[in-house]
Amino acid sequence: MAYGKKVLDHYENPRNVGTLDKDDKSVGTGMVGAPACGDVMKLQIKVNDEGVIEDAKFKTYGCGSAIASSSLLTEWVRGKTVEQAQEIKNSEIADELALPPVKIHCSVLAEDAIKAAVNDYYEKNHEKEEIA
Amino acid sequence: MSDHKTPIYLDYASTTPIDKRVVNKMLEYMSTDGIYGNPASRSHSFGWDADEAVSKSRKHIADLINADPREIVWTSGATESDNLAIKGAAHFYKKKGKHVITVKTEHKAVLDACRQLEREGFEVTYMEPMSNGLIDIKKLESEIRKDTVLISVMHVNNEIGVIQDIEKIGELARSKKIIFHVDAAQSAGKIKIDLENIKVDLMSFSAHKIYGPKGIGALYVRRKPRVRLEAQIHGGGHERGLRSGTLPTHQIVGMGEAFRIAKEEMDKDFKKISQLRNRLWNGLKDVEEVYLNGDFENRYPGIMNISFNYIEGESLIMATKDIAVSSGSACTSASLEPSFVLRAIGRSDELAHSSLRMSIGRFTTEEDIDITVKTILSAVEKLRALSPLWEMYKDGIDMSKIEWAAH
Repeated sequence: MAYGKKVLDHYENPRNVGTLDKDDKSVGTGMVGAPACGDVMKLQIKVNDEGVIEDAKFKTYGCGSAIASSSLLTEWVRGKTVEQAQEIKNSEIADELALPPVKIHCSVLAEDAIKAAVNDYYEKNHEKEEIA
Repeated sequence: MSDHKTPIYLDYASTTPIDKRVVNKMLEYMSTDGIYGNPASRSHSFGWDADEAVSKSRKHIADLINADPREIVWTSGATESDNLAIKGAAHFYKKKGKHVITVKTEHKAVLDACRQLEREGFEVTYMEPMSNGLIDIKKLESEIRKDTVLISVMHVNNEIGVIQDIEKIGELARSKKIIFHVDAAQSAGKIKIDLENIKVDLMSFSAHKIYGPKGIGALYVRRKPRVRLEAQIHGGGHERGLRSGTLPTHQIVGMGEAFRIAKEEMDKDFKKISQLRNRLWNGLKDVEEVYLNGDFENRYPGIMNISFNYIEGESLIMATKDIAVSSGSACTSASLEPSFVLRAIGRSDELAHSSLRMSIGRFTTEEDIDITVKTILSAVEKLRALSPLWEMYKDGIDMSKIEWAAH
């Protein structure tokens, strides 16, 4: 299986690997996927008082495309507001990484991860937003 | 000039390069300056010469397994041999019974041939092996019914390398007058097979697993006591009617030469491969949360299947791209399901996802192994730093209690 250049790049030089303090109120944590499926993504965002994501970290158990999708996502959400981050579509991730059809689900999982992280942030800050 | 470096080949269980000595032999049977006649041509020397080469090769196969050359049928490979053995025997003996026993860890060629029999009205029992990959002979005995006509158990497993006790199983099968088939694609030429002294009725062979060409194999069909088969390919009646089709002399010569060399070099190869395997395992066994899949003792050392917990297999393969190996990970199989062999021996999906099969062969060097160990250790370290599961394990979280938000 030939790996796309961008996927390889994210694997060789992953951006923003790590962990934020999940008990911190300004941190939203999303964990999606399941070991049985071979894909688990943990995505964390640190949101400042203006509602802007100032830091994002990820850890992923999964194939190269899954690692790249989550790494790319942490790059994209930095500097975005929480609302903007929710709008990122899996198709944008898939296009940017040139994911083949069999790997599209990795980008879907990344989209789920950011939504989960945002949800978690909202819940901690008692905001009842509906996430689509 | 491309800077693409040839990776280290550690996928000998998948296929092997043709030994140069075999290639040179084959070349003598192909073109105008060689022996190119149809071995079935009775009327001229082109045919006679080709036929003589085929006879010699038949003897090479027979000598490796201590059988009679008349018991060897040429096929296009072990998959075809499995089909001929399983469908051929089941169909021929269907009046005696309609029950077949095999194992969940068999090669797809066996499993799928059995599925076909099920579609035709046969009943098949797919036995589960023990967690070490071996068959419990008492359990096998308990599965035998009055209408069992065929048992099929492979000798060396292609994914995990374990060796089944075909001698004991053969005794059991013969005592109940049940035909016993063994897929020996991974074992022939690597460990001893003595068909004069073990009670196996049908045995499948492949050339490309033992430094011969792809596209040629054989089926051993016992003469004493006689085993009958229904042919699956019809035509000119070649191979005593069991398998029609012009014999590919150059392929057969290739397989014959590969088997001849294997007989001569088996002990030497086995010793070297064992040493290399030990070197590999010693380099990896002390990694935290590393698991060897399949029994350590009852195995062919050339195949090692290892799981690295909390890391996914395809990312491990990507991280070890300078080594050619295969993984039991779902991502690397077209169906997105983890290895059925690893699941059959009771491995969790996570461990099946994180497995690497490394298989060593005649041309593997110590340097290959050392580079492999170094590469894997650094890949494992890097991927565990990336892994949320490893993080949770280190934090002492019991992951079996988590409700995953799977999609």
